[in-house]
Amino acid sequence: MTEPLARTADLVKCFGDNRALDGVAMAIAPGRITGLVGPDGAGKTSLIRILAGLMAPSSGTVEMLGGKPGERLDDLGYMPQRFGLYEDLSVIENLRLYAEVRGLPRDAQQASFDRLLAFTDLARFQDRLAGKLSGGMKQKLGLACALVKTPRVLLLDEPGVGVDPISRRELWSMVGDLTGQGIGVLWSTAYLDEAEKCDTVYLLNEGQLLFDGPPAELTGRVKDRVIRVTGFKERRRAFLTQALDRDDVIDGTIQGRSVRLLLRDGRPVPDAGAFAAGPGTEVHAAAPRFEDGFIERLGGGPKGTSALAERYRTIPETDVDAIEANGLTKVFGEFTAARDMNFRIPRGQIFGLLGPNGAGKSTTFKMLCGLLSPTSGTGAVAGRSLRHSRADARAQLGYMAQKFSLYGDLSVRQNLDFFAGAYDLPRDKARRAIAAMIEIFELQDKLDVNAGTLPLGFKQRLALACAVMHEPPVLFLDEPTSGVDPVTRREFWMHINGLVEKGVTVLVTTHFMDEAEYCDRATLIYRAEQIATGTPDELKAEAARRTGAEDPTMEDAFIALIEAFDRKREEKEAA
Amino acid sequence: MSFRFDLRRLAALVRKEGAQILRDPSTFLIAFVLPMILLFLFGYAVSLDSTCTRVGLVIQDGSAPALRLAQAYRSSRYFQVTEARSVAEVRDKLIDGELRALIVIPQDFGQGVKRGKVPPIQIVTDGSQPNTANFAAAYGEGVRATWAAAEGLERDPGAREAPVTISARYWYNPELKSKFFLVPGSIANVMTMVGTLLTALVVAREWERGTMEAMMATPISMAEFIASKVIPYFFLAQASMTLCAVIGIWIFGVPFRGSIFALYAISSAFLMPALGLGLFISAATKNQFVASQVALLSAFLPTFLLSGFIFEIGSMPWPIQALTYIVPARYLIPSLETVFLAGDQWGLILPNIGIMLVFGMVFFTLSFRVTRRSLD
Repeated sequence: MTEPLARTADLVKCFGDNRALDGVAMAIAPGRITGLVGPDGAGKTSLIRILAGLMAPSSGTVEMLGGKPGERLDDLGYMPQRFGLYEDLSVIENLRLYAEVRGLPRDAQQASFDRLLAFTDLARFQDRLAGKLSGGMKQKLGLACALVKTPRVLLLDEPGVGVDPISRRELWSMVGDLTGQGIGVLWSTAYLDEAEKCDTVYLLNEGQLLFDGPPAELTGRVKDRVIRVTGFKERRRAFLTQALDRDDVIDGTIQGRSVRLLLRDGRPVPDAGAFAAGPGTEVHAAAPRFEDGFIERLGGGPKGTSALAERYRTIPETDVDAIEANGLTKVFGEFTAARDMNFRIPRGQIFGLLGPNGAGKSTTFKMLCGLLSPTSGTGAVAGRSLRHSRADARAQLGYMAQKFSLYGDLSVRQNLDFFAGAYDLPRDKARRAIAAMIEIFELQDKLDVNAGTLPLGFKQRLALACAVMHEPPVLFLDEPTSGVDPVTRREFWMHINGLVEKGVTVLVTTHFMDEAEYCDRATLIYRAEQIATGTPDELKAEAARRTGAEDPTMEDAFIALIEAFDRKREEKEAA
Repeated sequence: MSFRFDLRRLAALVRKEGAQILRDPSTFLIAFVLPMILLFLFGYAVSLDSTCTRVGLVIQDGSAPALRLAQAYRSSRYFQVTEARSVAEVRDKLIDGELRALIVIPQDFGQGVKRGKVPPIQIVTDGSQPNTANFAAAYGEGVRATWAAAEGLERDPGAREAPVTISARYWYNPELKSKFFLVPGSIANVMTMVGTLLTALVVAREWERGTMEAMMATPISMAEFIASKVIPYFFLAQASMTLCAVIGIWIFGVPFRGSIFALYAISSAFLMPALGLGLFISAATKNQFVASQVALLSAFLPTFLLSGFIFEIGSMPWPIQALTYIVPARYLIPSLETVFLAGDQWGLILPNIGIMLVFGMVFFTLSFRVTRRSLD
């Protein structure tokens, strides 16, 4: 292998008592994509900032382009998480600014702009203000600004976060082209599926390196230990719970109508009969994924039974749909944010609103939880109309917002007390509920810690605890597991699955396709419209029919359906 | 901290800053609309002059001297008089706030004059508005004293002629118009706002939006970055200063007796501490909300309260007086007043310019020290 462009050894970075990086050794090789993978708070951003010379390490050594970080900035391309664009400058003005400050000779500038505008497909928008671009276009412009003078090292801090899968895929292929020119790329991400596409990967968790090497090496460790079970007669959530409680299973997820299991090291693959789930049960070998390797490294996921669900009340059976949307439409001025949303969710199901940022998921979601008044159409939660008894409808739901809307300056106990009060629980009931939450979510040691300083996994637990304390029949989850590590995510879905078995109805918005797999049904929202609705298996089958791809993932389905929609729109416009 | 300087990079940054200033309506508001509002507010609405105070004049005595004194009050341009025979008639109007004071000429006034004395009169003022009350009392007493002198009445019955008469003449502002002071004062406030508040906000915005992080990963030096903020906002502040001065001279008729050169020399000197403080605040806070609060407290309010703009420094208690010495605007306001009302008195202006430049150096040094190329 050639000499690396950058490397670190024994790198430590402390913020107060917190070790954001703990003895990290890594290197960036030319002409390759080096993945820096890990959940939020793992230390990815700190490491990138140290490499860019924006932070000094607490101890350890860093070498960048043969010198100290910050010395050879001419040859460094850096795209921070928020892209570093000036929103009140146009696309071309941003490019020109970065070209000038990076010292690109004037006579070379036009050629560079032409190349990058073609490369990012932004030529049509070059006079548009950066603030008026969509998320995907901002991301491409951010990349173009980092590339305006061809760097030797390109540091990308979570370039794919919050962007729709199509833009993410385009960005990936753009960066792939760059490695052909010998540029060393460091790509940081919390999406584990992106890790599989990197040439080499550093897996960070809580500041420590869990793994480094080609991603296939990590997935190789769980080879022959991943199985897909189909055809069982129980409900899939009940089956998963049962399977997870088995001694030889360390992790499991729902994949449409089938269940995917990771087996403990050294245990034989159980045969179909071992699950005692009816004669239709089949066991297939499945391809291991990077996430399986990560979970294995973390010692496996949680067991199947949710203590939260066990003590939750059973939501009574009813014929009334738990959530109803009848032609919900929201218009802001001339802009239609959501058009004619129709769906019915029966008791005890998970329904997903999928779609890229800005597609209209959140608008629909907010109309249903009574935070926005629909321009037309009606909605109901647990049989209570949003138009006529909004407060009553709201009392029927638990709400967990994106990024956990906890009071960061209040302690864990104060947050629990506050939400118990906000949901109007009688005093003794509140006391019992809080005690139960503390036990179920293991919050005992953290009671006096301010919620804002909790590790991400605990924030997630606390947010769920606050949302379900009053045992609502309906739960609204807004991108509930974005950025958290896979074990915490499993734990979260273990609780949700348990609650759903008790009759709770869940509405979830997400742009993470693995969360979509947990849904009983999902609707894909794009450009303010529902473009497809069905079970995850139906959506995937639909995509397979259109593209001819075999066994597509949810993400493939997502992209295929959106592309089909865009094609149809273009044809209509052309006609 | 590096002091590398590249003019091309600087020019690119200044151009960027200029484009942002032109596109951001809030910058335009702070730099041009707010000064106008301030100026018109001080020019028309807020007045420290006592031009015409409504008073009740209670004439309890019918003698000729009493009527002559009453006539003196009627003809005073400081008072608009409501006449009455007894206090009871106008008391309610004082309570309602319709009248600001009562001037009572007592029954035995004529008798006293006959004996060659200046008899006392009674002035009752509405203490709920202390400023007006003081004016009414002082001017009321003034009218009486002028009248007494004209009548040839003396406090000391022994001497018929006063050995010395004091006649007050106010130089530079003979009409004692407060707006002549308020215009230079407004200029100080406007420059504080543009120089400190706006600068603090725009740098803090770069931190908040993450553009600072991206810029720090390019070869620009912090010296270039700071210069790219100072240069555009220096000219912006001078532009709003010019606007204020022009409006002051043309619309409010404030005299301009000094030179344009002196005016710009003074305002340039003041902008050094103003811009330096703005940069320091933003680099230390990195947050627009905190930066605006700190800028208001550390720059705007002191300029307003402690610079001698509205409240005279000489009449403050000594600890507060001592505090005014660290307010840069304290050195600006006398210099501006001199340039507008007196002319180029370099003996007074130069030391003030010197002190402001020293403040500027202190603030710039501080902001260079805190603006490090680092996210730690």
